[in-house]
Amino acid sequence: MIAGISIYEIFTLTSILFFIGIYGFITRKNLISILISIELILNASAVNFVVINKYLYPDLLQGVFFSIFIIAVAAAETALAVAIIINLYRQISSVEVKDTEIMKY
Amino acid sequence: MEKIVFYILAILMIVFAIASVTSRKMLRSVVYLLFVLIGIAGIYFLIDYNFLAAIQLTVYAGGIIVLIIFSVLLVHHIEMELEMAKRSKQILTALACLIGLGVFLTTIYSNEFKVVENYKTTSVSDIGMGLLSYDAGGFILPFEVISILLLAAMVGAIIIGKGEKLTKNDETL
Repeated sequence: MIAGISIYEIFTLTSILFFIGIYGFITRKNLISILISIELILNASAVNFVVINKYLYPDLLQGVFFSIFIIAVAAAETALAVAIIINLYRQISSVEVKDTEIMKY
Repeated sequence: MEKIVFYILAILMIVFAIASVTSRKMLRSVVYLLFVLIGIAGIYFLIDYNFLAAIQLTVYAGGIIVLIIFSVLLVHHIEMELEMAKRSKQILTALACLIGLGVFLTTIYSNEFKVVENYKTTSVSDIGMGLLSYDAGGFILPFEVISILLLAAMVGAIIIGKGEKLTKNDETL
């Protein structure tokens, strides 16, 4: 654990990061920007897992494993999302959310 | 000492996260995200999970950021400015986020955590043993499932990214 830092301060930091991510997710109009916001949200939750593991259950390692899995899933998700975005740009020449009606069908 | 480093990291991360979701230039917002991710790796270093910090730096800062920058460069002109949401919608979303943050923080601060004082470090071999153990509490099954997931994502990304026959929509290329 970090000397002099309580668990509350780290939770405050991760909550702020999480809600900044949600703000970006709602206000942005661009698929790549939405992807960036999702990365922020995922990172904030991964930090929470690690901090709870370290501060409350230091003998176990479950939080670390979950963070590793979150990072792996995030990597897979980003690769797929980038592939979809590039394919979409090829078909409709735009990555704005309002133009992507073709994905509904 | 660690206290000062943590506060500097926290302020930098919050500032860059806000800059990342409000910047109107695409590439800049990706670079701001890179700083946030490096700050999170710094937090992992501070709480003595060196292996996790190394993973964060290689997978996120090395892999995902490069991938997103690639897609930005393929899709955008660098000078192009993003269109933002309406001002009223921005304020409404910010208010909703602040209310949510308030709910989170009141819940967190009203809860009593049983913190265990400890300063032990975790070696990489412990993490490897835990990931590959068959005993109760071992993580061998999720580990294998993740490897299948990564393979499936790789194949899927190649198939989706390859797209259909290019002759059909030549004029859009």
